Amino acid sequence: MTLFDLIDGEIATVHSFTGDMELESRLVEMGILPGIRIRRIKTAPMNGPIELKVRDYHVSLRQDDARNILIQQ
Amino acid sequence: MTTAVQSSWAALVGNPNSGKTAIFNLLTGLNQKVSNYPGVTVEKKTGQTRFADGSKFYLLDLPGTYSLTAQSMDERIVTEQVLNWIHGHEPPGVIVSVVDATNLSRNLYLTTQLADLGIPVVVALNMMDMVKDEIKIDLDKLTNDLGIAAIVPMSAIEKWGQKELLEAVQKSIDTAFVENPFPIFLNDNISKVLNPLEEIFKSQLRYNERLAKAQALRLVTRQSTLEIYDEMSVNGFTADEAFMNTLRDKRQAAVDLLEDTGIKHRIMEATLRYEWLDSVLAAAKINIDPQIAEANYSENLDRLLTHKWVGPAIFVLLLYFIFQSIFTWATVPMDWINRGVGWVGNQVLNMISAGMLRDLIVEGIIAGVGAILIFLPQILILMFFMTILEDTGYMARVAFMMDRFMTMVGLHGRSVLPLMSGYACAIPGIMSTRTIDSWKERLITILILPLMSCSARLPVYTLMIGAFIPATKVFGVLNLQGLTLVVMYFLGTTTAFILAKVFSLFIKVEGKSSFVMELPPYRTPLWWSVFHQVYIRGKLFVVNAGKIILTISIILWFLASFPKVDESTINENPIRTSYASKIGHTIEPIIEPLGFDWKLGIGLITSFAAREVLVSTMATIYNVESEADNVVQLKDAMKSDKHPQTGMPIYTPLVAISLMVFFVFAAQCMATFAIVRNETNTWKWPLFMIIYMNGLAYGASFIVYQGGLILGFG
Repeated sequence: MTLFDLIDGEIATVHSFTGDMELESRLVEMGILPGIRIRRIKTAPMNGPIELKVRDYHVSLRQDDARNILIQQ
Repeated sequence: MTTAVQSSWAALVGNPNSGKTAIFNLLTGLNQKVSNYPGVTVEKKTGQTRFADGSKFYLLDLPGTYSLTAQSMDERIVTEQVLNWIHGHEPPGVIVSVVDATNLSRNLYLTTQLADLGIPVVVALNMMDMVKDEIKIDLDKLTNDLGIAAIVPMSAIEKWGQKELLEAVQKSIDTAFVENPFPIFLNDNISKVLNPLEEIFKSQLRYNERLAKAQALRLVTRQSTLEIYDEMSVNGFTADEAFMNTLRDKRQAAVDLLEDTGIKHRIMEATLRYEWLDSVLAAAKINIDPQIAEANYSENLDRLLTHKWVGPAIFVLLLYFIFQSIFTWATVPMDWINRGVGWVGNQVLNMISAGMLRDLIVEGIIAGVGAILIFLPQILILMFFMTILEDTGYMARVAFMMDRFMTMVGLHGRSVLPLMSGYACAIPGIMSTRTIDSWKERLITILILPLMSCSARLPVYTLMIGAFIPATKVFGVLNLQGLTLVVMYFLGTTTAFILAKVFSLFIKVEGKSSFVMELPPYRTPLWWSVFHQVYIRGKLFVVNAGKIILTISIILWFLASFPKVDESTINENPIRTSYASKIGHTIEPIIEPLGFDWKLGIGLITSFAAREVLVSTMATIYNVESEADNVVQLKDAMKSDKHPQTGMPIYTPLVAISLMVFFVFAAQCMATFAIVRNETNTWKWPLFMIIYMNGLAYGASFIVYQGGLILGFG
């Protein structure tokens, strides 16, 4: 499954990335690597971007980008 | 490699939201210079400070970045600067790496990259006030393991630690630099693959062991690292085609080898570096297993502030409050500025005898300076609010909430506030687009922003509506005059969003938009830092845009006052015989299809100074003298103006609507284009705006007036 499918409030582990290489590079530089645990906090109003907690910080990304992040629950 | 250079300046590098700007302001005070890097619109901030012994030293504040690989415009600047340094072009004596102590692993990632460069690194461990007491960091061990000069705990908010930071900086400049080995463990497989590239860096570019390994690793990981070596020249060595081909081939060979062994090269550097860094942090007794299930205070606040329904409602209320304040608070200082400029003008009138020089000073220069300063209150108030919203962390939430709607029209979540502030004044709005990190979306926001009806259009709308739109009721409740005003605002806003969509389809700019955006914890704004930033912005506007505005107002003054005629021989107003009037008559055939005569033609020219100048120009043409009730008199004068041949009224309600529609779209305020020139660093975009906006204005007015005539509203 992908991060897109994760329900708000649930925790998962990053498995790998597909698609956009720029996105992958940006995420890994911010420490969002395969094996790291993330929690999907919420979805923005109007079904907008999603908010995550990873390591010690909160980050948001668009739902289209979330489809490119494969996870394991 | 030159490591012995004892530069008396330091570079400030850090993640976004690490408090880097606050530390820069804390160290340098108002001793700052802001300029742009050549060819790009990224701000270059330098400042001066003193060590305890009184000796001067300089600080360069680099844009916030998460790593040394180029992606956004800001990051490319950092990458290029760093490459210049390692090739011996004016390297800093020390790099101050600003680190958020509450978010260690991600912040230190950049620090470990900096530590490979062969320049001493001092970590400013900021936000120690937020670190819970039970977390004890073994700083000495961490300093040693990371291979850096020092770690200085501090708090920009509580203003402590800056003295120790300066001491550490001075000490590391004075101490001979000790080269450490590359600290990250590379297994045999990876070592073998990186070796050929490492050798090239060592033999041809004279990199030391650690730097060669780090750059080889980065080159294999990121294709973009290759591009920055292109045509670079270092120590008499130029990266020619042959060198680049070798580098490219060796990189490809390394990538192929890695793929064969199942190693994902694109995440290699991050994987290795984070693995090592996490182990170092664990050894320094830092908890690297954060409680991601735990909600902190920011997350709890966000239950309300970014809630599906409550969040946007709070945002709208906040916006209402901000714009209300801009309109109400700014009127008083704007009135002072107006009076002050008038007073200075009168002093000059009394001091210098009548003549061309006096006219130039009073009507050209002083009026021009007035036109610049009059914007200052609105700019400062808006910048004040924007800085607070940004520094508290709320702005990131606004972008988060609005991103979906804004991307539908080709904009960015962060376009919201700049666009809204366009209703007050386009200039501070354009200046505040700097918070949009994607260049394409920032450019589009700038391009459409002047279509939001600003407060300078209000006097024009008020005059035309008051004179020609009857105050009758529509559908029994709505006032036709008020409705007309609302329609004008609606027309500008809707067109802005449609054009944003159109531009986003046609404008091709390098760099894809991404929205991997940190939502930093809510923090109390640092008031002194807020005031610093507002002051710097205000100064930037007065100095940079001011030069252009002053030049144009002198040109406009010349056009409106020359050629000089002997005033006793004519009984006409001098402006009626000026070059401006000649231009008005010349363009009359062009603007006639819009319903405008030569007098409005003059007004259109002079309103290039500022939109509201149309009103005073018309007043001058009709010789309306009395200050207080000139609008009333002007209304009557315009209403009773008859065509000399036909005897028909020149200005009708249809002309009034056509003129207002023209003002909704037209590119008129020169200060706007001066600031666009400043922000985009080229005349290309302001010229494009002038052309498209005036084209739009002409087309729309043409349709309104000619359509109105056909429908019999003449």
